[in-house]
Amino acid sequence: MQIGLFVTCLGDTLFPEAPKATVDVLERLGHEVHFPREQTCCGQLHLNSGYRDDALALARRFARIFAEYEAVVSPSSSCVGAVRELSPEIAPRVFELSEFLVERLGVEDVGAHFPHRVTYHPTCHSLRVTKVGDAPLRLLRAVRGLELVDLPEAAECCGFGGTFAVKNADTSGAMLADKCSAIMSTGAEVCTAVDGSCLMQIGGGLSRRQAGVRTMHLAEILAS
Amino acid sequence: MTSFPEAARLALGDTQLRDNLRNATTTIRDKRARAVAEVSDWEELREAGRAIKDDVMRRLDEYLLQFEESVQAAGGNVHWARDAAEANQIVLDVARSHGASEVVKVKSLTTDEIELNDALAAGGVNAIETDFAELILQLDGDWPSHILVPAIHRNRSEIRDLFLRTIARGRELSDEPSELAETARLYLREKFLEAKVGVSGANFGVAETGTVVVVESEGNGRMCTTLPPVLVTVVGIEKLVPTFGDLEVFLQLLPRSSTGERMNPYTSLWTGVTASDGPQEFHVVLLDNGRTRVLADEVGRQALHCIRCSACLNVCPVYVRTGGHAYGSVYPGPIGAILTPQLVGIEHAASLPFASSLCGACYEVCPVKIDIPAVLLHLRAEAEKSFAERAAMRALARVFARVRLYERAQRLARAGERPARHLPGPIARWTEVRDLRPLPKETFREWWSRERGA
Repeated sequence: MQIGLFVTCLGDTLFPEAPKATVDVLERLGHEVHFPREQTCCGQLHLNSGYRDDALALARRFARIFAEYEAVVSPSSSCVGAVRELSPEIAPRVFELSEFLVERLGVEDVGAHFPHRVTYHPTCHSLRVTKVGDAPLRLLRAVRGLELVDLPEAAECCGFGGTFAVKNADTSGAMLADKCSAIMSTGAEVCTAVDGSCLMQIGGGLSRRQAGVRTMHLAEILAS
Repeated sequence: MTSFPEAARLALGDTQLRDNLRNATTTIRDKRARAVAEVSDWEELREAGRAIKDDVMRRLDEYLLQFEESVQAAGGNVHWARDAAEANQIVLDVARSHGASEVVKVKSLTTDEIELNDALAAGGVNAIETDFAELILQLDGDWPSHILVPAIHRNRSEIRDLFLRTIARGRELSDEPSELAETARLYLREKFLEAKVGVSGANFGVAETGTVVVVESEGNGRMCTTLPPVLVTVVGIEKLVPTFGDLEVFLQLLPRSSTGERMNPYTSLWTGVTASDGPQEFHVVLLDNGRTRVLADEVGRQALHCIRCSACLNVCPVYVRTGGHAYGSVYPGPIGAILTPQLVGIEHAASLPFASSLCGACYEVCPVKIDIPAVLLHLRAEAEKSFAERAAMRALARVFARVRLYERAQRLARAGERPARHLPGPIARWTEVRDLRPLPKETFREWWSRERGA
């Protein structure tokens, strides 16, 4: 299948390891991955910050760039959710990575080996907007050597929320503190999720606490 | 009004407040989840609730006239109030016409919204709150921080100290809930028996029959609606339901969502006046106070569907940490963040639509399916933003619109990374409590070009 890779502007600029790992996993499964270079931002930043017109213009641009692909895959549930809302014309063909693997391709074992103790944080948008369900957990359970440990209060927001993290920095910090405590209580070496931006928040908090817990995008674990 | 981020900062520093809130909201949240899980057709019930409310908003003009007619036919008096001042004057006039210097009140958000107690006090009438939690707050000059549990920010030992100072009349008192309740009971019974006028809000008004419904847990509300010879009820115009049968839906949705109970303990329904039973004079005040303006907004109007269950507060990660006072509004939490800016005008509450991480937990539990995140986004678009922010977002939109500019911005970001870390602004706010990872050596697109060619 020819897949259009939607890397997201943050993934492209701040954490390229997640989209790189996405390429690895999809190619390992025998798919042809294309990277349309024209892509920038899907419009979510402007939508969530109250600039709807700008968001819609970016969404139209996005839909045009990805129009030719049978499937568009991204390592960000949040951006996929925004595309589904803003660009309904291509929405049915846009997938978050775990959802694409499990729901669309019917694959749970991608041949990964990752001998570490891992906890999974279900991000808000993967749970309630993109609704990926337990697809990430199914994939993690099939990874060789991986020990999956439950995260207490898993469904609670990490406090990122885009510009919320700076506009309401104190509240965001309080939410992050509780999320970090929950992660540290699991004894996990790695915290994973399907949204790089939430992992940036969580990783920043864990690093500040010198917690000794790394954050890794689900795609990176699946590619290992 | 203090902006939400500033008020939140103060609240977050209060560890006692955060403990009180965390304990109370976790308990109610778990209880709600169990009560909802028992109902096999919960999603259908939610959809029914949404559909009924949607119909009410579409035909509100007809239902209001029908309600007026039904109340009058049952021997009640109907008053129309455009705003808080008109509503307060109507209640004050009724109290004065009976020479009442004191009225007893049922817990009511609507009367808090119009600041009825202050207006009555200014007119020489003392309003006694009879809901246990509202009484606590009134005795302490405090104000509610939760829709359902107004004193959620207080704990029992704080309440014991307050009662010793105020209504215990020299009695010994421990912080046992039963002793605290008994103290309030002794004080309130006298008030119920003396009062000539009772004042209530309403959870529902039935257009078809003129019936008014108050849902409460203590029975103190029923004392107010049955003992005094005169009763005045202030109802927001959005509280109507078309038929008596519609209550079936809401009386299932509301208790399970709010207190996590299968059935509400005290559900009082009355229709006009009944000879030699209950109040012999009944007034309804139909309150607009900004609601018509909300109704005119196609996206925002769903905020009027709210049945005040407070489930959204208990699951909100922001509310649970900041408490209700930070919202600076009678309606706190996620519903307050969408209702208050619409009722009072967004220019008076511009920070509220941003007081959310858009996690969506509120929408998931709302018994009438108000899409709170969607309304938050809608209001964010309407809120006035700073010039600097608008300029930055406009520039960013231009950069995102052209890939050449975008790629250049990526290169500039790398060049400017070190100096930017020392400037005030978003990065400084970020690094107050988190580390910021250095930018990667190459962007994804640079890696792709190197590996795969252009």
